[in-house]
Amino acid sequence: MNEKLLEIKNLKTSFRIEDQYYAAVDDVSLTVNENEVLAIVGESGCGKSALAFSLMRLHNRAKIEGDILFKGDDVTNYSAGQVNKLRGNEMSMIFQDPLTALNPLMKIGDQIGEVLLLHKGKFSNLNRKQKAISLLDKVGIARPEHVYEQFPHELSGGMRQRVVIAIAIANDPEVLIADEPTTALDATIQSQILDLLNELKENMNAGIILITHDLGVVAEMADRVAVMYAGQIVEVADVHALFGMPQHPYTRSLLSSVPNAESVDSKLHVIQGIVPSLKNLTREGCRFRSRIPWIDESVHEKSPELHEISPNHFVRCTCYKNFYFPDEKKEDKRHGIS
Amino acid sequence: MAFLEVEDLKVHFPVKGGIFGRTVDHIRAVDGVSFSLEKGKTYGLVGESGSGKTTTGRAIIGLNRATAGKITYNGHDITNLKKADLDVRKEIQMIFQDPYSSLNPKKRVLDIIAEPLRNYEKLSKQEEKKRVLELLELVGLSSESITKYPHQFSGGQRQRIGVARAIALKPKLIIADEPVSALDVSVQAQVLNFMEDIQEALGLTYIFIGHDLGVIRHMCDDIGIMYKGRYVEEGTVDDIFDNPQHIYTKRLVAAIPDINPENRREQIYYRQEVQKEYEQSYDDYFGDDGLAYGLKPISETHLVALPEKG
Repeated sequence: MNEKLLEIKNLKTSFRIEDQYYAAVDDVSLTVNENEVLAIVGESGCGKSALAFSLMRLHNRAKIEGDILFKGDDVTNYSAGQVNKLRGNEMSMIFQDPLTALNPLMKIGDQIGEVLLLHKGKFSNLNRKQKAISLLDKVGIARPEHVYEQFPHELSGGMRQRVVIAIAIANDPEVLIADEPTTALDATIQSQILDLLNELKENMNAGIILITHDLGVVAEMADRVAVMYAGQIVEVADVHALFGMPQHPYTRSLLSSVPNAESVDSKLHVIQGIVPSLKNLTREGCRFRSRIPWIDESVHEKSPELHEISPNHFVRCTCYKNFYFPDEKKEDKRHGIS
Repeated sequence: MAFLEVEDLKVHFPVKGGIFGRTVDHIRAVDGVSFSLEKGKTYGLVGESGSGKTTTGRAIIGLNRATAGKITYNGHDITNLKKADLDVRKEIQMIFQDPYSSLNPKKRVLDIIAEPLRNYEKLSKQEEKKRVLELLELVGLSSESITKYPHQFSGGQRQRIGVARAIALKPKLIIADEPVSALDVSVQAQVLNFMEDIQEALGLTYIFIGHDLGVIRHMCDDIGIMYKGRYVEEGTVDDIFDNPQHIYTKRLVAAIPDINPENRREQIYYRQEVQKEYEQSYDDYFGDDGLAYGLKPISETHLVALPEKG
């Protein structure tokens, strides 16, 4: 059994809109183990990035409740200094857009050197340069000595993302949070970056939280998957179970809206309605119910909880038992589970 | 006679340099592209950023000037049309990539959709409003939308407004430049379904520009793969996905993440094989200047850029 690296307990992140707090992340509990990729999936506005930013304590004015335990240590009570020590060292983050994540006025070498300097002051200048070059080499950049002296604008998007990853892994983090690491990249570059992340996981024994909206990336990378909707986790399962026997209506709807080889001659599934905004969200009852109006109201729980329906497979609300797509016959509405 | 025929299209952008700002070089964004498409079909233009796919689309509609080559639409030569020939241009419209920046935030939906009508057709206010309402109904937006502003809509709804504007003049050919890449999967599904519906209802022909091969496979009948301004391969959907021949196409197809985690191992293995082949045989597929060779037919529908020696 791999060791638990990060334990998130009842995390609630709220933002203030006109003198009232609204929870963007609402009572989320998750664990991340060593040598594991936990994917967090959901559409824009579901709170997945807000969750990542809460873990890294990057929100300025948000109200954060609940516990975040890093190797058993509650980091929510850390002072700013302690957080700075942890961040970029044991826990680090790969940001979505490699263009804005790098400082345009600093050489690549200095940007990597900065993280080393802040956390591992013991390096001499020469050692630091060597370490930075070896990191560039590690993330697969050809001619690292040359790139060391370059500025971000001289590099392509894929190269920049590699630099961002080099910075994130500079201090051998134990938890790596990757927030849409390949969204801004072309397909062939994306597959190279994903291979690189996989390699890092194996070599460093790190726990990776992969935040993405791309279900293909999840199917290829993740060990476990958490699906988020409107600030809540609606389903958590092993990747094979989630794609093989998806249960929650939202998970099933998402999966059937992705175009694939089989969908060529048929229509894609469309989720009715829109993702509610933070302010307009109905917080009572099943939050997905307004998107599946053809399902009888009575099948939803009054206060939906996560149920363990098979070992390590959790689903929120009992409505999954009675869910079917509108164009499906009611009899063969459920796959897989008995 | 093909509905649209593009022959040896070249779009070169000058690079200015020196103290007098003279043209010192050219960027060959599109460098000899030829294809034709049939009425009612969807043609996919695929490539990575910088491959020239968007520039090709923009040259067809006249937003970029063609340096050389010929574009024939329905028997008319429409290469670098002058203002006087706008009648033909009415029949070709464009849907843009980003529904957040392609709609003027200061204009009401009525004015956005009516703009092409005001340019081409002299309608009274009532007639104009009637037409806009019809268009809104066609794209599935309520009639109250007419007085709203773009920020009051979601991404998918905004893309529908963009579509309503594009079909206002009853075009026959629509160039859709990555119409769904800024959207979430469920909204993407909505827009794709809807584009298929109006294609059938209005008999539209699409040029679908994209980089997401899953979406391309779902939408298109024929596909052209571009690399550095040239075609590397062209064929039907089955030709490209089941029997890719050019190493670049193979890399693209191998890079599509598989939605089934059970295939993970094979997918990684396949990708490594393709990568190995790419490294070993790069010189066989690209000339000394790193560009693709000319297209050679290998079946009736399938063309591949292979070197002269074969």
